Amino acid sequence: MKPDLQNSFVADMQKSQITVRREFDAPKDMVWECYTKSDLLDRWFAPEPFTAQTKSMDFRPGGHWLFAMVSPDGDKHWSRFDYETIDPKDGFTAQDAFSDEDGNINRDMPVSTWEVTFDDRSSRTLVQIVTTYDSPEAVDQVVQMGMEEGIKATLAQLERLLKTMS
Amino acid sequence: MSARRAFPKTYLLMSVLRFHILTLMDSNQPDLDLVFFAMADGTRRAVLQKLGEGPASVSDLSEPFDMALPPFMKHIKMLEKAKLITTRKVGRVRTCELNPDTYADLENWLHEQRRQWDSRYQKLDALLTQMKGASE
Repeated sequence: MKPDLQNSFVADMQKSQITVRREFDAPKDMVWECYTKSDLLDRWFAPEPFTAQTKSMDFRPGGHWLFAMVSPDGDKHWSRFDYETIDPKDGFTAQDAFSDEDGNINRDMPVSTWEVTFDDRSSRTLVQIVTTYDSPEAVDQVVQMGMEEGIKATLAQLERLLKTMS
Repeated sequence: MSARRAFPKTYLLMSVLRFHILTLMDSNQPDLDLVFFAMADGTRRAVLQKLGEGPASVSDLSEPFDMALPPFMKHIKMLEKAKLITTRKVGRVRTCELNPDTYADLENWLHEQRRQWDSRYQKLDALLTQMKGASE
């Protein structure tokens, strides 16, 4: 990333909200495609060490994207994004939920709302994503889940390390 | 960080409970009997809840209670001894704050969220560079 590109991450826990702003050194059309076409999303949407794998994509209001985050040992964590409003090349809103591989939403887990906006900055594009959870309790639930995942990942790492030592 | 302020009460109580469990796992644990003793008192629990809204001075904290300052200070000292709060004195004002360790897991989670976005966006930078190269 170029050092002068705008990049910020702000958490407002009173509003149960996270705002991520990031500038990209590319025109808006191109950045928009990367957020809305599944073959492109599969190439970047999962953070390391995961990869994203689309099962189905229907990018229109009322449609949804069903995909998995695949771990290095092949475990699949399914999610679905339900698109609510789409303002071509300027922004979209969606609901992010945990699901199974058939797209059945796990109602025991919190849902978050995403508001994504794209802004022209001459040859660059500024993308803002505001993620909002229903309540502080919902944030607490995902925090707890994250902790459990973290503990599991640490234990798995420890197990691998022990194998290499024996 | 603003995330430290104005936690709803349920969040605070859950954090305090988790703090107990984490301290049990920690080799450098504070005296758990002391923690439970500190939490057993209604005045002290009310002080913790109030501090969930942000740092406050001892005199502000004592206001809702019909209690002289010396016995109220005993409650504050008890909470501090149990490491549930920290206090600092500037001039004649003593300010109390929840022990930031109580929030460690929220901060760890936020840190992980931030790392995930950085990681995704590095991949997106690379993808855009590749697309720009292909379109030229």
